[in-house]
Amino acid sequence: MLNWANFVSQCFNGLVLGALLALISSGLTIIYGTLGVLNLAHGAMFMLGGYAGWLAYEYSHSYVVAVVAGSLFVLVAGIFLERTIIRFFYGRPPEDQILVTFGLGIVIVELVRLGFGSLSKSVPAPEWATGITSLGFMIYPTYRLAVVAIVAVALLALYVLLYRTRLGMIVRAGIEDAQMVDALGINAYRVFMVVFGIGAMAAGFAGIVNAPVAPITPDIGGDILVQTFVVVVIGGVGSFPGAVLGGLIAGEILSITSMFDPAYSQVMLFAAMTLVLIVRPYGLLGTQGRA
Amino acid sequence: MMRRSRLQLWTPDIVVAVCLLLAPWVLPPLGFSEDTMNRILVYGLFGIGFDLLFGYTGLLSFGQAAFFGTGGFVAAYLLTIMGLPSVVSGLLIGTLAATVVGVLVGMVALRRTGIYFAMITVAIAEMFFFLENSPLSAFTGGENGLPGVPAPTFYLGFATVHIGPDWTMYGFLAVCYLVGIVIAHRIVRSPVGHILVAIRENPLRAAAVGHNVHRYKLLVFVIAAAYGGLAGGLLGVLQGYMPPDAFTFSTSGQLVMQTVIGGLGTLYGPLVGAAVWLYLRDFLQSTLGLGAAWKLALGLVFVVLVCFLRRGIVGAIVDLLRRKPAAPAGDPVEADWSADAGPTSEADATDTVRARRDGEPILKAEGLTKRYGGLVANSNIDFSVTRGELRGVIGPNGAGKSTFFKMLTCEVQPSAGHIVFEGRDITGHSVTEACQLGLTKSYQVNQLFSRLTVRENVTIAALSRERGSFRSDLVKDLTHVPGLSDRVDETLALVRLAGRADHPVSDLAYGEKRRLEIGLALATSPSLLLLDEPLAGMSPHERVETVKLLKSIARGRTMIVIDHDMDAIFELAEKITVLREGQILVEGTPEEIKANPAVQEAYLGGVNEE
Repeated sequence: MLNWANFVSQCFNGLVLGALLALISSGLTIIYGTLGVLNLAHGAMFMLGGYAGWLAYEYSHSYVVAVVAGSLFVLVAGIFLERTIIRFFYGRPPEDQILVTFGLGIVIVELVRLGFGSLSKSVPAPEWATGITSLGFMIYPTYRLAVVAIVAVALLALYVLLYRTRLGMIVRAGIEDAQMVDALGINAYRVFMVVFGIGAMAAGFAGIVNAPVAPITPDIGGDILVQTFVVVVIGGVGSFPGAVLGGLIAGEILSITSMFDPAYSQVMLFAAMTLVLIVRPYGLLGTQGRA
Repeated sequence: MMRRSRLQLWTPDIVVAVCLLLAPWVLPPLGFSEDTMNRILVYGLFGIGFDLLFGYTGLLSFGQAAFFGTGGFVAAYLLTIMGLPSVVSGLLIGTLAATVVGVLVGMVALRRTGIYFAMITVAIAEMFFFLENSPLSAFTGGENGLPGVPAPTFYLGFATVHIGPDWTMYGFLAVCYLVGIVIAHRIVRSPVGHILVAIRENPLRAAAVGHNVHRYKLLVFVIAAAYGGLAGGLLGVLQGYMPPDAFTFSTSGQLVMQTVIGGLGTLYGPLVGAAVWLYLRDFLQSTLGLGAAWKLALGLVFVVLVCFLRRGIVGAIVDLLRRKPAAPAGDPVEADWSADAGPTSEADATDTVRARRDGEPILKAEGLTKRYGGLVANSNIDFSVTRGELRGVIGPNGAGKSTFFKMLTCEVQPSAGHIVFEGRDITGHSVTEACQLGLTKSYQVNQLFSRLTVRENVTIAALSRERGSFRSDLVKDLTHVPGLSDRVDETLALVRLAGRADHPVSDLAYGEKRRLEIGLALATSPSLLLLDEPLAGMSPHERVETVKLLKSIARGRTMIVIDHDMDAIFELAEKITVLREGQILVEGTPEEIKANPAVQEAYLGGVNEE
């Protein structure tokens, strides 16, 4: 028998997870769309955001400081990586780019493990978002509702950045035709640096916002990375709306399936991806252009 | 291209066998334990398949764990829970299961290429991990894995060998590895092996010269899965236990890293990479007491190698050994145009006979239309070419010439209309099918296999004529394909590149590359050859030479040539079709075209072309 209260609550869980996946996937997809680099270190960026935020929280005991510091740290880390290594790979085949980011991801994870050990760390929810909230028809943890709101704001900010600014216009033009952008005399490489930083920051931000929901470990980024792949494959690589839609779909599939049998939740997610690939090989909102 | 002798064929196998035989005396004093050596063999075998997939064919999969795990768990399940007595049968059934899974996964994952392919393989492998972990835990032991996997026993007639946790295990695994590498040596030297490399270098052209790229990719994907399956089964036998982490992403990742560290496209790379990996792990962990930091060190090694030494350890050694005393890059050899290199072979002679039957259309297009959104590139073109004819197609930029050619060779599908080639409706065929039927083109922008030699380039094109679009002759040596080397030599002579046959394409001058571009199309022995701007970008001198070349290959062939060089087209063509704004403006002999006022207005008039 289907328990409706349980069902609705799982739908909310799916929304929380989906929102986070949407944000992380947006980061991955704008990096890929603009730079043409599939960043396999993206999961490590998520983890790095969590740790940087946790460290900031240990010193400041402020959630806001943790979120800001965690995100900024990953922004800087992303720009550093782009300047020192990634930029030398723009002219190399995609397989090399995948290999180098894969290696960087391992180096980052192992550095964090070396520094902070394998034991999990946690950041408590801010005081204004602890406890539970009654929604009339059900009660739900306040912080999880806050996560949806926070991520929605972040996605909106990303949307404004992509669709309402000059930088965003260049990024979207670059997704359509990187060569043309270059030919128009726009310094594409500076844009690349900023985009890589912002894309990484999206993951890092999600990493610290997720910290009160799930404890942080050095390996936390691995599963996230794989789910992010599924999200962008479903939504369409390089498509920001696709990443958001794919994230929400993935979140709901994971949550609703676990209500019936948690063992099948991941399996269902991959089955959904396979279905999309067969029906719409370029993803729900993807175009043939970049990929 | 001499037929390789029996000894040449077996040399690499013998070298590997000797190395495997010597290893138990050489490696332990260097600090390799017996267990480490056994693991190196398992991962080396696993990696052979992956190297064929990634190193040779260019398909980067991060999901090989799916096959490693499938082969391992099917074998372990049969040998433990089902109590199958024969370990070897268990391993073979496990390998077969991985092969079947490889077909299914390949059909999904190979729908896309590049980064999509990498992401999909990751995701599918993760799905297998989760399936193993809970829904199938009744069969796989879930998180506990399957303990108690037995080792085989062999009755040799005079003695019974029990494979146990001693050097017998090494011997058993070494034999398995040897079998694996012997087969891989054959695959690499077979026609299939050469086509796989061509797919890595330029999948578009590999398809255009008549190879069914998708089926070859699926074939190598399945081969890689089989290697993975066998290696997974051996892991269970080696450990006496089948661990669930065989299915994890980190297993796939470790395989990728070991192969890259060892060297891609070498077959031995994975073995060397596994040796480095496992040795460093033991060394850093135990000897230096670095604990978990070993993985950081290996990660750094990997990143540095990807950045600076992309060919890995084996690749670097090979490069070092091959560094000959600066082989003269060689100036472009002045092509000798005096010799008559007309059709000589039997196949070409029959082409000639067919070509003589004038008046019969070889190609007929009706109502050909192509729309890109609102833009009409070609509209309602009726076009017909007679056997033996040399047709010129001209038209101002944007007239739709290239789109027209792409439709004729089935590279793009027309929005409306039909194409009939040699009496057969080929509308909707693939470019590969069109080439197999005898219709191919040379490209406006060179589409060569740039890291291969001139001879290898032509060989790949010629193979499609000998073998059809797909054949899995995996263990046949390339030099044993009948008639192949004659066809390659003829083509090389025809395009005057015989003197440059063993140079890599990247060494060629531009004009030579253009001739090779035409040579690739010619090597497929087309009955109708389309040339898209063969003179584009050439110096005046090169133009004169190429016009001579085109005249010589036109003997006994039907050709359609697009070019902007009016003088050349007027000199070459018997009949000219003028396109304007996606439609046929006029057709006629060069004299008629020159005299036609509409053509003069549309194309020649006013604007001075040269």
